[in-house]
Amino acid sequence: MHLRYPLAPIALSALFAGPAVAAGLGVNIEIPRLNVSEYHRPYVAAWIEKPDNTVAATLAVWYDIRTKTNNPEGEGTKWLKDLRQWWRRTGRELSVPIDGVTGATKPAGKHQLNFTEGAKPLGQLAPGSYKLVVEASREVGGREVVSVPFQWPPAKAEQLGAKGKDELGEIQLELKP
Amino acid sequence: MHKTILRTAAAALTLTAALAAQAHNQWLLPSTTVLSKPDWVTVDGAVSNDLFVANHFPANLDNLQVTGPDGAVVKAENQARLKHRSVFDVNLTQPGTYRIALVNSGVFASWKDKATGQNKRARGTPETIAKEIPADAQELRVSQSAGRVETFVTVGKPSPVKPVGQGLEMISTASPTDNVKGEKSTFTLLLDGQPAKDVEVTVTAGNTVYRDKLDELKVKTDANGQFSVTWPSAGMYWLDASVRDDKTTVPQAKERRVSYAATLEVAP
Repeated sequence: MHLRYPLAPIALSALFAGPAVAAGLGVNIEIPRLNVSEYHRPYVAAWIEKPDNTVAATLAVWYDIRTKTNNPEGEGTKWLKDLRQWWRRTGRELSVPIDGVTGATKPAGKHQLNFTEGAKPLGQLAPGSYKLVVEASREVGGREVVSVPFQWPPAKAEQLGAKGKDELGEIQLELKP
Repeated sequence: MHKTILRTAAAALTLTAALAAQAHNQWLLPSTTVLSKPDWVTVDGAVSNDLFVANHFPANLDNLQVTGPDGAVVKAENQARLKHRSVFDVNLTQPGTYRIALVNSGVFASWKDKATGQNKRARGTPETIAKEIPADAQELRVSQSAGRVETFVTVGKPSPVKPVGQGLEMISTASPTDNVKGEKSTFTLLLDGQPAKDVEVTVTAGNTVYRDKLDELKVKTDANGQFSVTWPSAGMYWLDASVRDDKTTVPQAKERRVSYAATLEVAP
């Protein structure tokens, strides 16, 4: 009886020996530097959508989480609806803040995010077609949605991407089998 | 000479007023139709030729009805009747879809005075109209009207809008605040709670004052009272429909005119 336990760790490590790392996604979002008189960092949402436009997972939401009145969700939640598409698809069903998903707005530049299958917020994706959707909305500025279609699970490591015109720069999606 | 000019001017004025009266649209315009969380909205209401430009007459707020997602009556605050538009605030405290409506009903009578043969007219409610009409009125014509002018605002996740079951009203298959350019929205038109079939609904984008053509869309309701609109552009839209029937509650009235108008926002 007692002998079975010492063996367990060996069996487990043997199981995971094949793929050294779990499958996942790398998402790189570029916020362009804009030459405007009044600039506020954009609100950004990134999520994964199924072909029927339902949402498989919200990966990131950046909004104004500063708080003046000890409001734990931040004053900026008032404007979350301006991420119009995300709001309609899933945002209004969620309550913020969400651990590992919501965060402060980011400055201009490239921002790398990594997600592991099976772990929050990506979770398990059933095999099929998906779209990575990134939406940016800027106070007294514009709004843009960029999407990158992909297949899951990926057959091989692959780098996909798309480019925004105004409010978003390069969006890169790295598939890690 | 002067008399003639005056008379012509008066006639012209009457004519203009008559023409204008037909073209007038009554509308409500909320400051937003989508809120992330409980907040206030400010709503304008007016009667005007141009959507949604208040250039004629303020809406009458006496029959304003605001209903919360739970069906409870919500008080409209800071009501003011300005020269060209009325304005009020609504405090939306709970998640779901609010209905903001001007519900008008009235009775209109016209007759010839027996003694003088002059044309007389009176306006009132089903309760008061009887007092206005003399017993010996000649060529009496009485018609009843029921109108609803409304708009919708959603806090967070939309909730279903329950029909009131009176007059004309429009129930959205999804949510009345979920309209997007290029996408199709489906509605059911109800008359006294029953599907209103074969009724023409006119869909007009706002800012009519800034274009030469109205460019309104006309759609007919099907056998189930349903109609769909694929939104050609983003912005505030005005949908209106009207029917005439004989379902009056005033004994003298032979005809009932029922009208409906809704303001909907379409996202880009």
